[in-house]
Amino acid sequence: MSGKPILHYFNGRGRMECIRWLLAAAGVEFEEKFMEKPEDLDKLRNDGSLMFQQVPMVEIDGMKLVQTRAILNYVATKYNLYGKDMKERALIDMYSEGVVDLGEMILLLPLCPPDQKDAKITQIKESTTNRYLPAFEKVLKSHGQDYLVGNKLSKADIHLVELLYYVEELDPSLLANFPLLKGLKTRVSNLPAVKKFLQPGSQRKPPMDEKGLEEAKRIFRIK
Amino acid sequence: TAGKPKLHYFDARGRMEAILWLLAAAGVEFEEKLIESSEDLDKLRHDESLVFQQVPVVEIDGMNLVQTRAILNYIATKHDLYGKDMKERALIDMYTEGVADLGEMIMLLPLCPPDQKNAKLTLIRERTTNCYLPAFEKVLKSHGQDYLVGNKLSTDIHLVELLYYVEELDSSLLANFPLLKGLKTRVSNLPAMKRFLQPGSQRKPPGSEKSLEQARKIFKF
Repeated sequence: MSGKPILHYFNGRGRMECIRWLLAAAGVEFEEKFMEKPEDLDKLRNDGSLMFQQVPMVEIDGMKLVQTRAILNYVATKYNLYGKDMKERALIDMYSEGVVDLGEMILLLPLCPPDQKDAKITQIKESTTNRYLPAFEKVLKSHGQDYLVGNKLSKADIHLVELLYYVEELDPSLLANFPLLKGLKTRVSNLPAVKKFLQPGSQRKPPMDEKGLEEAKRIFRIK
Repeated sequence: TAGKPKLHYFDARGRMEAILWLLAAAGVEFEEKLIESSEDLDKLRHDESLVFQQVPVVEIDGMNLVQTRAILNYIATKHDLYGKDMKERALIDMYTEGVADLGEMIMLLPLCPPDQKNAKLTLIRERTTNCYLPAFEKVLKSHGQDYLVGNKLSTDIHLVELLYYVEELDSSLLANFPLLKGLKTRVSNLPAMKRFLQPGSQRKPPGSEKSLEQARKIFKF
């Protein structure tokens, strides 16, 4: 039975946004069911829909998939965004995981206690400029191709470009010394499916604000 | 050039142990180069072997692979431990990630500040008993097969490794999960695993104060 994938999450970026980006880049239309109160999460749990009692959960091809990486890997495989063989997949995984490491720091920043926030931001900026962006710039420089792996768009490029948008939101100057990354960002952003996703009115979610944070805390019962 | 994979890490479980288990289960012999000082780590970084300046790194099939999941996925694919198609891989990934979530909590416990340790331990026990073990027991019950996915060995290796750590934490935690106990026994009795579980293998013991201190010195935290 094929219908559109259905994404279960709250109305914010969180751990679902990278899945939205990947589906969008693959040109796949999807539906979203937003949890708006803790009882919505309870219902999913009681239905037995969430293997580990957690979201994100994506209904796709008869499965109720949880765990972000499981979902991403399935979507990437299905839509040919995962390289041509196991060695390319290894590189794609390596780069994707690097993106996740930095992305996780940025994702969790709103949950940081106010007195630790400045130190955390400094640490993020330092990691960005000294570790992660140089690593990816170096990959692009090493082969001079348009995409990170195998001269073809893969999940790694999509995840990285999404991250570059968040780095830019944090501080645009962070991208200053990385011309090849800026080129990748432009190139991927101009792909028709991605371009559409980047327009206002798409399913792309805005940065989290105070209101969104309060809502998320309420839904997930975080103090 | 095919040679044995070379694992670069310090002498403890950490984020490399899952890789040891998988290689062992696949019957693959491997070498270890132990990092013993921060200078050893600096050298690896200087040699440009580490894409993100971090270990684990595994030299395998001409690549310097970093990032645990990249390494595990490559080995699993190469040695037919990753299911037969993308739907099986999705299930395998889902289960592997669940194991990683609980495994991460257990792995980071030694780094927990003393005043938070009891709370952390309680949380781990609760998640083990109420979330993770029931989830995996339910999978095995649902199909009655010997392995989690496709009636064939795959991410069972990661789960069984975790079950050993759960048992180390508190053996009573496995009490009400007969199918998981069965899986643990079954996988442990596979010839390659049996060998790996013997004393004298490359398997690492639980962390100690000493290994934690060494980690702090090497990784400067």
